[in-house]
Amino acid sequence: MNSFWIATIGTSVIAFALKYAGHNVPERIFAHPKVQSINALIPIALLSALIAVQTFTEKSQLMIDHRLAGVSAAVIALVLKAPFPVVVLSAALTSAAIYNWL
Amino acid sequence: MSRIESTTFRDSLSVSITVGAYGTAFGAAAVANGFSLLQTCLLSLLTFSGASQFAVIGVLGAGGGALSGIATASLLGIRNGVYGVIMAPRLKVKGFKRIIAAQITIDESTAVALGQEVRGEKAMRQGFWLTGFGVFLFWNLFTLAGALGAQAMGDIRAWGLDSAVPAAFLGLVWPRLKTNRDRFLAVGCMVFALAMTPILPAGLPIIATAFIAVVVGLRK
Repeated sequence: MNSFWIATIGTSVIAFALKYAGHNVPERIFAHPKVQSINALIPIALLSALIAVQTFTEKSQLMIDHRLAGVSAAVIALVLKAPFPVVVLSAALTSAAIYNWL
Repeated sequence: MSRIESTTFRDSLSVSITVGAYGTAFGAAAVANGFSLLQTCLLSLLTFSGASQFAVIGVLGAGGGALSGIATASLLGIRNGVYGVIMAPRLKVKGFKRIIAAQITIDESTAVALGQEVRGEKAMRQGFWLTGFGVFLFWNLFTLAGALGAQAMGDIRAWGLDSAVPAAFLGLVWPRLKTNRDRFLAVGCMVFALAMTPILPAGLPIIATAFIAVVVGLRK
């Protein structure tokens, strides 16, 4: 079994376990404000790190290429309050244009 | 539509189709990052949580190991557990129905349910089930479409797919950046992850930022 299969099954099992556990614990466990605060901050930290790594690295090396143009287009779309699909599409189109023609 | 409030129905359907269509991006990105068609579809059916799914394919696509991918995806999945805590007293289901409810407990079903609060508990339950099943249906159909499309594409960079993934993460994190503390955390984690990338094994720089979030959260 290769790492892609382990990741697929492991992620799925834990994802469900977390959801199901939530339905079975008393609500007061999450009443503490610091727990709520950390719960709101973890997605920000992980997603930001993923954005940086996916945009600026290639095989553990730092790199600036067409992806920066794509993600910049996404930033502009978000600043202009574009809906989600437009954000992703503008990034893809910009990135593809730079990759194919530069 | 005698028994379901039309506003609740409309909210659920529009969220289901919009979010579901975004499954195309996941399906394409997963195949582009080296997952097979079957693995891609299983992730959408079984994991069924967008951010976690993108995280695991992102980590493995960047050369990270299975454990790094699972850990990152699972840290992002914790919030679904919190939604479960919020929804359980309102859904009041047991046994098999609770298993089904748990599987469709995600950002969107919880958000639509909470959005129906003014219309009463019944509307909240309807919003949860309709949105949960709706997103599940469309997310999985569009995942398959995206994965098949990506298989036909060849060089994914020529189609901009390698930028679509970070752009999708950006779209997920953007609405969460409400205070200056949130923004500093986001930028700090980006810098940290990049600085650690040449040093740590792939995947670890991403997981490590969860600890930064805990420290910031405890400091207040």
